[in-house]
Amino acid sequence: MVSPNTPETQGGSAGSASAPRSIQDVVIRLAGNSQDGIQSIGGFLARLAGRSDQDVMTYMTIPSTISGGPSIFQVRMGTGDILSAGDRSDMLVAFYQHSYDAHISSLRPGGVLLYDSDHVTPNAEDKRFTQIAVPITTGTVEAVGGTSKDKGKNIYVLGVIARIFDLDVQKLATLIKERFGGKNEDVVRNAMLAFDAGYAWPQNNLSDLFYRFDAVEKAAIATGRPQVTLDGNTAIAYGLLTAGVRHGAGYPITPWSSIMETLRTELPKYGGIFVQCEDEIAAISTALGFSFTGNLAITGSSGPGLSLKMEALGWATMAEMPLIVVNVQRGGPSTGMPTNVEQSDLMQAIYGSHGDTPRVVLAPKNVEDCYYIAIEACRIAREYSTPVLILTDQGLSSRIEVFEEPDLAKLMQKPGADLSDRPATFKPYPLDAITHHAPAGSKVLTGKYPTVTGLEHDEMGHPTGSSKLHTQMNAKRREKIKTLAASLPAPELNGDSAGEVLLVTWGSTWGPAKEALVRVRAAGIKAGHLHIRHVHPLPNGLEEIFKRYHKIVVAELNDEGVYGFGQFATMLRGRYANPAIVSVAKTDGLSFKVSELVAGVAKHIESTALDATLATSRPSALAAR
Amino acid sequence: MSSATLVSPPPAPGAPLTKKALTADHPTWCPGCGDFAVLASFYRALEKLQYPHEKIVTFAGIGCSSRFPYFVNTHGGHFIHGRALPFSAGISLGNDDLHVFVFGGDGDGFSIGGNHLVHTARKNPNLTYVIMDNSVYGLTKKQTSPTSPIGFKSKTDPWGAIDQPINPMRTLLNSGATFIARSHATQVNHMTEMMLRAAKHKGFSVVEILSECVEFFEGAFDAAIPRKGGSWKLVDEKKHDGSPEDANRHDVTDEVAAFKLASESWPGSFGVFYETNQRKTKNELEADIIAKAKERTKGATDLQVLQSTFAKLR
Ligand SMILES: Cc1ncc(C[n+]2csc(CCOP(=O)(O)OP(=O)(O)O)c2C)c(N)n1
Ligand code: SF4
Ligand SMILES: [Mg+2]
Repeated sequence: MVSPNTPETQGGSAGSASAPRSIQDVVIRLAGNSQDGIQSIGGFLARLAGRSDQDVMTYMTIPSTISGGPSIFQVRMGTGDILSAGDRSDMLVAFYQHSYDAHISSLRPGGVLLYDSDHVTPNAEDKRFTQIAVPITTGTVEAVGGTSKDKGKNIYVLGVIARIFDLDVQKLATLIKERFGGKNEDVVRNAMLAFDAGYAWPQNNLSDLFYRFDAVEKAAIATGRPQVTLDGNTAIAYGLLTAGVRHGAGYPITPWSSIMETLRTELPKYGGIFVQCEDEIAAISTALGFSFTGNLAITGSSGPGLSLKMEALGWATMAEMPLIVVNVQRGGPSTGMPTNVEQSDLMQAIYGSHGDTPRVVLAPKNVEDCYYIAIEACRIAREYSTPVLILTDQGLSSRIEVFEEPDLAKLMQKPGADLSDRPATFKPYPLDAITHHAPAGSKVLTGKYPTVTGLEHDEMGHPTGSSKLHTQMNAKRREKIKTLAASLPAPELNGDSAGEVLLVTWGSTWGPAKEALVRVRAAGIKAGHLHIRHVHPLPNGLEEIFKRYHKIVVAELNDEGVYGFGQFATMLRGRYANPAIVSVAKTDGLSFKVSELVAGVAKHIESTALDATLATSRPSALAAR
Repeated sequence: MSSATLVSPPPAPGAPLTKKALTADHPTWCPGCGDFAVLASFYRALEKLQYPHEKIVTFAGIGCSSRFPYFVNTHGGHFIHGRALPFSAGISLGNDDLHVFVFGGDGDGFSIGGNHLVHTARKNPNLTYVIMDNSVYGLTKKQTSPTSPIGFKSKTDPWGAIDQPINPMRTLLNSGATFIARSHATQVNHMTEMMLRAAKHKGFSVVEILSECVEFFEGAFDAAIPRKGGSWKLVDEKKHDGSPEDANRHDVTDEVAAFKLASESWPGSFGVFYETNQRKTKNELEADIIAKAKERTKGATDLQVLQSTFAKLR
């Protein structure tokens, strides 16, 4: 029913020479050119994971996306928690000679090299891997025929992978139909022809290369909500929509753009507006104008664009205007490495702008958190009448993850400005309370209307040169942020609650750090992992946690700076004056590998066991036993 | 300390909006500054317009002229230098019921905010922008401005300005503003009339007012002051009365004719140079997009829209 030549053995081992071998997870690296559609292979696998009964998860990175050039896509799928993209791959699918040359070193010993025999000649002497020649190009051309040439190679490879890992063919077929269904019938038919041909190839040629993911006991899902598959930027956009944000403004820049594209497309359905402005300054200004009307607005950008917003951000602090600013970090400074990941905008996010500008900075830890942090950011912005920055990164922006669909009915907030009459006691800048503006359009019953302003002001918003008032108003702006800090939940602490070492992370380093902790503790070290989402203000009580460990290793993706500490480490040292705080920082434009974090910990503590862990290279899960 | 103690009794509901109710802090401008008269005209215009008090917004960037909002008792704001227009576009689009007035100087509007002026004109949000042009930087005390004439001796050009000044009218016409007028701070009735017409225009309306800085550029606009020997020449607008004279009068919808007016030699003409009602406002265009989107979602609630979006991610 899938298509005329569906293999009879679909989705099962019936008729196969050998039974599938059980594995927990696998890392597959697909290397080709960007026009080969290798990313869509990952997309299908992720979607399949989301719909799978086996609780399969995927995790992906797109290190290079220059159009037309070499491109890779890594997908890790398996059962249980998949926290990182995987340091090295178990299977390399090489479409071209250059793909093979560049990526063979990423393959674990015992791993599988699957190459297009029409384009690649591997080193036959290399016995570290299982080499499998698949005629991907001719196989696709034969299967699809006609004028489409080798278009559909990606779907052919999807078929090969589906057979090797015993994936659910029915579900994949449904996904393919959904994906191409909007196009004409031929497209769906060709895709299915390519898929079936790919599926049949290993069945007829490599019956011993056959795996199945462990069936794990599914944690009882009380909610019964389905899994959803999306990237971090989309999650932020939908989080904002859920939180009742209906207005925004921006200017395109990679990797922020897709958030503004999503909002521009989606907002009208909700009666909202997203304005594409002439530059980032106009964008934040327009967003502040929206907020001035009582409609909490969003603007955003990446590194250089955030710099352009700084003057207006200073105004937002001074005028106490709620605002959401998303910054998708990329390699900097300047145009830097626009399609690579970095966490080097931290100081800019917290301290950028002129004068004393206390504001709030939140950093999501994974794609799911992008959604929830967007909602939290909106709550804080409204409650504390403050700009809130969401500091995400290139890695999260394009990575696709699977998570449980949020409880939308419960989370959905009603949008709209509060234009109710303001009583005679209304003051825009009361010294004894948190500011809540009377938006333009609301009646003030005294008949005296407020001016929101970037000049230092008195409680009514009148400009002042009074040193006393400047001191008092600076305190007012600072104290509300401290009030927020006191209300923040304790951050997530995993592992040992006291001991040798505490690994501290923020942002997207959460996943690999969680895995690294397992390895560090497996080496017999008492270790914990503290992950901080509220990077500014910090939650209270961290000094107590820090005291319980001999070393506090702060890992982040930025430079160690002139004084030898990454940006967050510098901040924490300044805040807690604790000399046990040390730094692991790097700027190679890639997310932390688990092994790099383990090595970072090893660098700062004495442990032969940990050194030994690092020295051994783990064989691939696919290795012949 | 705070004028909160000086609260006057609120106006009776339904009482007309008077200058008294619209007056806020006493202006901090130098005695004799042209900006006082602009403020007086604005009060008059608002008295005529009788908008609901809470629906008026007075907004500005930075400069002497940009202190304006403190002197007007309406919802208002004082933003950063040069960026009042994009902020105000957000106000206008954020609440279509508001009447948004933006004030600022020549440096604010044509220099640091020059690009915003072009793009606001292009987008045509529904708001009124009054540029108080004194051809000098007043607040920062006498530097060359983008409208300073060649030869003007400032602190940054002690030997006289050398850079070609901007022609505000041509700049505005080029940008695509849908209402463009010019006035002079010594002509209160004319200013008021221009502001009224600008306020009633649907879309981005701009009035450039030559407003003398008595402190740093005295006599800058004498050429248009009759009692100082200058000539006050009004734009002779077409009356559409079919008379033979009418053929030679200025058609405000004629862009080429407007460019001709804008190219007259100094001090040129005063009045409405250009007005078109042929272009939809940004407010209307966005509303159209929303209406189309709502038509496609068949009136689904926000929650239903979000739920169906997530359903596609399964
Ligand atoms: C980003 C920034 N740059 C410079 C200034 C200093 N500054 C304040 S007002 C002004 C120029 C004012 O000239 P204009 O806009 O013509 O207003 P006027 O004072 O003449 O009314 C300048 C340069 C500033 N406030 N902000
Ligand atoms: S400096 Fe010039 S523009 Fe400023 S208030 Fe004085 S006269 Fe007016
Ligand atoms: Mg000026």
